[in-house]
Amino acid sequence: MTTPETVLSVNDVKVYFKFGTTGLFGKREQRYVKAVDGISFDIKRGETLGIVGESGCGKSTLARAVIRMVPAHAGRVLWMGEDLLELDGEAMRDKRKDLQMIFQDPLASLNPRMTLGQIIAEPLKTHFPQMPKSEMREKVAAMMKRVGLLPNMINRYPHEFSGGQCQRIGIARALILEPKLIICDEPVSALDVSIQAQVINLLMDLQKEMNLSLMFIAHDLSVVKHISTRVMVLYLGNVVEIADSDDIYANPSHPYTRALIAAVPDLDKAAPADRASLMVDGELPSPLSPPSGCPFRTRCPLVQDICVSEKPPLTETASGHSVACYFPTASPH
Amino acid sequence: MSLLEVENLSVTFTTPDGQVRAVQDVSFSLGEQKTLAIVGESGSGKSQTAFSIMGLLAPNGQTSGSIKFDGTEILGLPETELNAYRAAQIAMIFQDPMTSLNPYLRVSKQMAEVLMRHKGMSKTDAINDSIKMLDAVKIPDPARRVHMYPHEFSGGMRQRVMIAMALLCHPRLVIADEPTTALDVTVQAQIMDLLSDLQSDFGMSIVLITHDLGVVKGSCEETLVLYGGRVMETGPTDQMFAEPAHPYTRGLLKAVPRLGSTGAELATIPGNPPNMLRPPKGCAFSPRCGFANEQCNSAKPALEFFDAKRSRACHLTREQIA
Repeated sequence: MTTPETVLSVNDVKVYFKFGTTGLFGKREQRYVKAVDGISFDIKRGETLGIVGESGCGKSTLARAVIRMVPAHAGRVLWMGEDLLELDGEAMRDKRKDLQMIFQDPLASLNPRMTLGQIIAEPLKTHFPQMPKSEMREKVAAMMKRVGLLPNMINRYPHEFSGGQCQRIGIARALILEPKLIICDEPVSALDVSIQAQVINLLMDLQKEMNLSLMFIAHDLSVVKHISTRVMVLYLGNVVEIADSDDIYANPSHPYTRALIAAVPDLDKAAPADRASLMVDGELPSPLSPPSGCPFRTRCPLVQDICVSEKPPLTETASGHSVACYFPTASPH
Repeated sequence: MSLLEVENLSVTFTTPDGQVRAVQDVSFSLGEQKTLAIVGESGSGKSQTAFSIMGLLAPNGQTSGSIKFDGTEILGLPETELNAYRAAQIAMIFQDPMTSLNPYLRVSKQMAEVLMRHKGMSKTDAINDSIKMLDAVKIPDPARRVHMYPHEFSGGMRQRVMIAMALLCHPRLVIADEPTTALDVTVQAQIMDLLSDLQSDFGMSIVLITHDLGVVKGSCEETLVLYGGRVMETGPTDQMFAEPAHPYTRGLLKAVPRLGSTGAELATIPGNPPNMLRPPKGCAFSPRCGFANEQCNSAKPALEFFDAKRSRACHLTREQIA
């Protein structure tokens, strides 16, 4: 068996947002919010990379930077070896056939004045204006069937559908161009539990069928665990830990990852006895004035002097398991 | 006697499209210092049940049935009489702390108002009490922060302000409507721990409305499962989660991805929640239930006790759905 090829390789990407402040003596000083502060990762064909973190950790900004919905400040985004950040508008538009996105709010991401059929056909009209109407209709009908939408829904408007159905429409729209990578930005956060399971199963089925790579952003660790091959944990625009899905949950090394996992209310187990010691106090510091050194140090139970003065680099501690911490929990293997 | 006794509560909204029966024949009771979870998905009627207790229904909502608080009927009381209960006896914590606090007013003003109105306190006393309460919900530097505006607090801190505000008059019952849904998971854990600490300090009862079964498991003794405005199952949380007696509860528990699970296919509940304008004729859950038969599609099952503490509304026996 050959290892699947790497389709997406993100290299030290930075997304900074400018904001000006008036400094002392009235001199304006340019400052930046470092929403994404040098993140690197790879995604292989057919693989799912889960990205977790709390609000404001930069997970959505990172996703948007990859497909250039927000401009990246620095770094490289290699898609099949080609740097997306260097492409001109036209070439990038062409690449978007391969890179599609599913959004969090299923209703808000659909045009309320277009019918379901028009919404799903829109990407075809944009990218293949020459395609005959009949072929387009066929493709739309086949895709609707594939994602579990009934043929008689084709002329209805988004408001007539429930959240779960709207998310199916969003998925159909993303898949109609037969992309290779789908960026899912919290695709199930707005859905009820029973519907969430349907959508997750659908995504996983489609992934297998079409050999899709997924970048799956969520704040729900159980969902991410379920769907992901590998998981990357972000904190204040930095990667704190990245590892295989099973590995990161079994042997979380970074104190933040451990806190995140301890905080998940789980149905299976009673709260662990050491939960209190794993929990973190406080909340994410303001990205406008991030802490010096390690971004997590203000909430970290293990903080030492070095964490204040220097930022820990992302270091591989075991095969495929990297962590950015000076005092990672040793994993048993 | 129970602190809160709800019997056959129904809530109907008159809309241009017709009558929406959001809540139908919901009954439950809650003892002193106990915690009850009301679980359900969007549109199951869980928030409307809470709003009926507080008398906060939209003007087009009509209620029937009975809600007794400490033995007194409070359903349908005129505003003036209900105000004696609100905040002083029953308080509510809302889901979104940003939209439930007034952005134009300092926290001090919003909190003091409650005490001045319900306890007749002077402004100085009221602010001092507010500071103490902010301290109780573990807001650092409360004497300074009480004078801030809501937007100056983070999401978790804002929810702490909401909780402090709800507890100002030491109510005997707190209704928390999805108090942690808008929060991150580490903050959610902090807030749930805080609520349970406060419950032991202040000795209040809590009705926790949520869709998150994990949160319920950690914090509530009793659970009530709503679907399509009706009670599907009630009972002690541990027993229900270990051995759900209703097909809906079973489906719901199975559909939750677990940290301990592998990448296998998740169990799902097929179909979509009912349209409350045209609810199913029989059991609300029958269109999505794998066990439904003729009877389920035509007649609504009654909620019946099958154990000293547990009840369920299902035509089928527990063996049949096992």
